[in-house]
Amino acid sequence: MSPRDVLLTGGRLLDPSSGLDAVGDLLLSGGKIEAVGGRVGRPDGAEVVDCAGLVVAPGLVDVHCHLREPGREDVETIATGARAAAAGGFTAVCAMPNTDPVTDNQAAVGFVLEQGRAARAARVHPIGAISIGQAGERLAEFGEMVGAGAVAVSDDGKPVVSSQLMRTALEYARTFDIPVADHCEDPTLAAGGAMNEGVVSARMGLRGIPSEAEEIMAIRDILLARRTGGHVHLCHMSTKGSVELIRWGKERGIRVTAEACPHHLSLTEEAVEGYDTHAKMNPPLRTAADVEALRDAVRDGTIDLLATDHAPHHNDEKQRAFADAPNGIVGLETALAVNLTWLVKPGIIGLGTLVERMSCAPARIFRLPGGTLRRGAVADVTVFDAGSEWNVDPASFLTKGRNTPYRGMTLTGRARYTVVGGTLVFRAG
Amino acid sequence: MTSLGKDLLALERLSAEQISLVLDTAGPFKEISERAIKKVPTLRGATIVNLFFEPSTRTRISFEFAEKRMSADTVNVATAGSSVTKGETLVDTARNLEAMRIDMVVIRHTSSGAAQFLAERIESNVINAGDGTHEHPTQGLLDILTLRDRWGTLTGKRVCICGDVLHSRVARSNIWGLTKLGAEVAVCGPRSLLPSAIADLGVTVFDRIEAAIEWADALNVLRLQLERMLGGFIPSLREYNRVFGVTRERLERAPRDIIIMHPGPMNRGVEIDSDVADGPHSVILDQVTNGVAIRMAVLYLLAGNPPGLADAAKGAV
Repeated sequence: MSPRDVLLTGGRLLDPSSGLDAVGDLLLSGGKIEAVGGRVGRPDGAEVVDCAGLVVAPGLVDVHCHLREPGREDVETIATGARAAAAGGFTAVCAMPNTDPVTDNQAAVGFVLEQGRAARAARVHPIGAISIGQAGERLAEFGEMVGAGAVAVSDDGKPVVSSQLMRTALEYARTFDIPVADHCEDPTLAAGGAMNEGVVSARMGLRGIPSEAEEIMAIRDILLARRTGGHVHLCHMSTKGSVELIRWGKERGIRVTAEACPHHLSLTEEAVEGYDTHAKMNPPLRTAADVEALRDAVRDGTIDLLATDHAPHHNDEKQRAFADAPNGIVGLETALAVNLTWLVKPGIIGLGTLVERMSCAPARIFRLPGGTLRRGAVADVTVFDAGSEWNVDPASFLTKGRNTPYRGMTLTGRARYTVVGGTLVFRAG
Repeated sequence: MTSLGKDLLALERLSAEQISLVLDTAGPFKEISERAIKKVPTLRGATIVNLFFEPSTRTRISFEFAEKRMSADTVNVATAGSSVTKGETLVDTARNLEAMRIDMVVIRHTSSGAAQFLAERIESNVINAGDGTHEHPTQGLLDILTLRDRWGTLTGKRVCICGDVLHSRVARSNIWGLTKLGAEVAVCGPRSLLPSAIADLGVTVFDRIEAAIEWADALNVLRLQLERMLGGFIPSLREYNRVFGVTRERLERAPRDIIIMHPGPMNRGVEIDSDVADGPHSVILDQVTNGVAIRMAVLYLLAGNPPGLADAAKGAV
């Protein structure tokens, strides 16, 4: 049964994929975008949403989140994650396979897809594991996983330690035309590390993770992509050096794409001061110079897209001494605002580039539906307010996670309506 | 008026005035340990828990003597035999201690930041007796007191910390305390055992122990743990001694007499040779003596006693 038609009126239609930036109406019908721009007459029975003063953009797409189901339903389920995503303005998210059991076969992929559909919130696209059990030894069945709905492969949470396995994955993935997303970390250099290696780690007596732990794997992956012609996607890039290496690869036409996360674009290692475990993530928060380089890279497209690396953890697990606490923060409900606050507001990027990096590029690069307001495309739309301020209160999150370093901060901009397949799945209270 | 505040967590956070306050307060307390009856009633009725999540002999004993000589009631909790081994979290431990209405906690823990973690969650005074590889403030204070006893002032004096700075909480406390009081600080050791950003803490770095000896007025020689060799930081203890060991031969080439300190326990023949440790310039046992006085001073100040009355306090029996 098709959803009721939705008419979004008078918003700023902003779609870099079609070069659109104009005030007008958007009609969604039969799950598709039916009419774009100008004044559209209200069809019988359509729900009309006044979008005056708001930005109407193709739905945001997050290619990197951890929804914890199966295995850790106490910290997140696919349903709570999908609802949190919708509340954050995301119409689609890609769920990383580091669950328990690992999403490394077609049945597991089918389970994630089914749970996602049942949530009736943001779309949930499964990512399959590169290796069985993410053990880094034997290739998982990419073909069957893609057949069941996987959109990419990744062993995220862990690096692909074996260069030979990474090479094979990039070669084998070519048949299915999917990205191989890698968590770049040399495990021997990063071993035991709890934060960025530098002056702050020296002061705090915490074992550091050097930038090179990421950069060595980034350049390895880029070189293997050159060798194999495969598409490597580098997850959560965090250092200036990585940016330079990606730029080097792109200049040579190598199939490398890269993502950065809102926290690496807004916070530095100083946030760890006082041993705040809500500032503990992997890769760690880096220096101001790294943040600066990443921002430049988001502007010039060296960083193709922004992803959350949403990683809920139980509060009990974060209430520990720093070295003993797990890595990761939630991000689905703050990503848009953090990016607006730290990238758009200071003029580093415009709203159009923000939409490109959070919607068009992730959809295009991961070959997902959405990411455009073209007529006939799926009716995945995000309506957001780019200017209003709000205070981050983790207690109000829809995710089960409360682990955020933005607690209590005032951020700018927030999703107001999220439409998935023509259905309004979120409306700000 | 200068005070220490609620907790003693790190010398990085103290001002020069606060550090001097502790050193000055320790003076009168030193004398108590020289008496036949080594006890004053200053902390009578106060309850102190010594919470040791990591094995320690001398620091724990030093704190315990300091507490007992000030008439506090003390309880020792070591990991073995406590609910910690049953999986109780640090936060639950904190809440339980709070519920028992204790006055002070002395904590030693394997994780950097653990003392602060506890201090943020309980009303009692918290004293950091070593947190991971972060700080060991009372050790830093007693090292500085020992040097001040010899020199009268730290200003312009040169102190080199030798060895495994990377894993040393003693090193960090020394660096902050000494620099705040006007000393010049250097570190010397294999680069694999120095934090890569160590120079950014305002210290000079020596790659060769010979150069450090030529420069320094005092060496604080850190314990080189066997685990560092097993962890691949250095090839062998034997080579460590040959390249970085503080030996009599090396000290004899020094342009001046150098004070030798070591926080203990020593690995004789590894980082320090016996004839240096037991030699005329060693103040290693003075450090141990000063340790009790420093800890008495810290307990006294954190308990809210007026700094100027330390002399009076020692007189009351």
